[in-house]
Amino acid sequence: MTHPVLELRNVNKSFGPIDVLHDISLKINAGEVLCLLGDNGAGKSTLIKTLAGVHKPTSGEMLMDGKPVVFETPKQGSDAGIATVHQFGGTFPLMSIGRSFFVGVEPTKKIGPFKVFDRKTANETAVKAVREFGITRIDDGDRLIGGLSGGERQSLAIARAVHFGARVLILDEPTAALGVKQSSHVLRIILEARKRGIAVIFITHQVTHAMAVGDHFAVLIRGAVAANFMRGEKTREEITDLMAGGEALASLDAEVEDYMETHDGHAPQPQPKAEPVA
Amino acid sequence: MISGIQNGAAPAAKQKSGASGGFGHLLRRPEAGSLLGLVAVFVFFAIVAGQVFVSPAGFASWLNVAAEIGIVALPIGLLMIAGELDLSIGSVIPASSLMVAVVSGYWGLPDIIGIAAGLAFGTLVGYVNGILVVKTGVPSLIVTIGTMFGVMGLTLGLSVLVTGSTSTGLTPDALTTTLLGQFIAGMFQVTIFWWIAFALIVGYFLHFSPWGNWVYALGGDKISARNAGIPTEKLSIGLFMSSGFAAAFVGVSQVIVYQSAQVAGGQSFIFNSIMCVVIGGVLLTGGAGSVLGIVMGTITFAIVNQGIYFTSFDANLGSVIIGALLLLAVLMNDTFRKLALGATKKKG
Repeated sequence: MTHPVLELRNVNKSFGPIDVLHDISLKINAGEVLCLLGDNGAGKSTLIKTLAGVHKPTSGEMLMDGKPVVFETPKQGSDAGIATVHQFGGTFPLMSIGRSFFVGVEPTKKIGPFKVFDRKTANETAVKAVREFGITRIDDGDRLIGGLSGGERQSLAIARAVHFGARVLILDEPTAALGVKQSSHVLRIILEARKRGIAVIFITHQVTHAMAVGDHFAVLIRGAVAANFMRGEKTREEITDLMAGGEALASLDAEVEDYMETHDGHAPQPQPKAEPVA
Repeated sequence: MISGIQNGAAPAAKQKSGASGGFGHLLRRPEAGSLLGLVAVFVFFAIVAGQVFVSPAGFASWLNVAAEIGIVALPIGLLMIAGELDLSIGSVIPASSLMVAVVSGYWGLPDIIGIAAGLAFGTLVGYVNGILVVKTGVPSLIVTIGTMFGVMGLTLGLSVLVTGSTSTGLTPDALTTTLLGQFIAGMFQVTIFWWIAFALIVGYFLHFSPWGNWVYALGGDKISARNAGIPTEKLSIGLFMSSGFAAAFVGVSQVIVYQSAQVAGGQSFIFNSIMCVVIGGVLLTGGAGSVLGIVMGTITFAIVNQGIYFTSFDANLGSVIIGALLLLAVLMNDTFRKLALGATKKKG
């Protein structure tokens, strides 16, 4: 374990005249969760697309296990073990669990001269893989994806990526559309993936979720890494502040103070204190 | 408190899934709606039209119609499951008919060469459709309207140029007639058996071969499908080629049956095939559908289309019934789809 699984060295990406990523250097180790934080438009999507091979860096290097790699297509990225799970799980609502699990890599058996989709194997493997991640509610591979909850879909997509040998798992806002309980399911699955030695890149808006599972945090602001720190080095307030670029919250604070001055010291609204999950 | 609620809800849910055993499972099949539609339409005409309708001649009348539309509807169904449309079939059918008639009738070459030319032409149009859709990103509805008009114009122009007429006759040889133009027992077109063969092949492709999965994935979410490593472009092009081929096959068999080919005709296949597919439970936005459903949808359509002539009603009423049926089918399919998604959710 001398090299990080994935490393970016001074990566820049521009689309025409627009610089989207600026001099990004990041390392991610096996069995580690890297939380990628940042406001909308900070370049998170471009960064993960670059990692996955959708975009090619304009300059800079990408290394896997210490060796430089260049992905021409997303397929090459996924062949190298980089898997991206999108917000809605990237799955097919009207396909069965077994079928969608094996999209593109269908197990087959031979009946006479015909190659036949092996539904039984597909269903059993899919159900087993997702149950190993602790989602025991899924027991029938013929169920349709659309009948699963958002958290179950995410979990299924993560289990799928891990089953097919993902070494780097990129989770693009997996908890954004989920309720509290569903989110904690997904967070638990992130921890399970980490336990298996997978490098997880977890993109989120929710600092609480990031702090619950993250080992390592990187904050992107306008395409550059504004902060890069380990667990416990910064408080929630500091991180939130960083994500919003500092200024936005500072001006909000000023507004609140103005309000309080004109309202006999009453704050506009009581701020509910969020508690860390898990 | 919370556990109390869960305990209360659990037995109710269990009862529900228990009671829905056999019939419930049937209802959750995607074909449920089209089966009900088929039975309803058949029973209706059996009662209203009476004995003639259920006689062999009655069956032959709608089976002959169903077979021709059915051969086109199957690959159109595949395309719609994959999220695409193909309207160009409307002019590929007469174009391939005419091509056989010109090559084998007007020029007098062997039938097999005319047939090969017709089929190759249809497949080529499908290939062009596929390439245009994949490379330009223009919706297939627009692309295939374009190629439909293009093919129509070319057919008319070339037909007049070559033969000086908009229709050409053909006298097929004995073997060709036996294979493609025969009436079994004097009334059942041999096309019916070709339709069955097409249905078996497409059924194998969609439901049993590993590639069927790709079609559903393509219609469900194109980007995810591509990310999963499916050659989406090749698959789309292949599907357009199959619909072009099937349309040409219908054109070829028509010219053999009727022994002449006209420039016009075939336009009715465009909407008819789409209706058969939709009545058969294929989701308009792609991602869902089955071959059994498409076959049942085709039969339903053909029964209404022909059954009306066995009744005392004005034949134009048939179109009204088909229109209503289409609307009802879409509504019903949505309901059954919700059932399929919801019912499984409660299980376990």
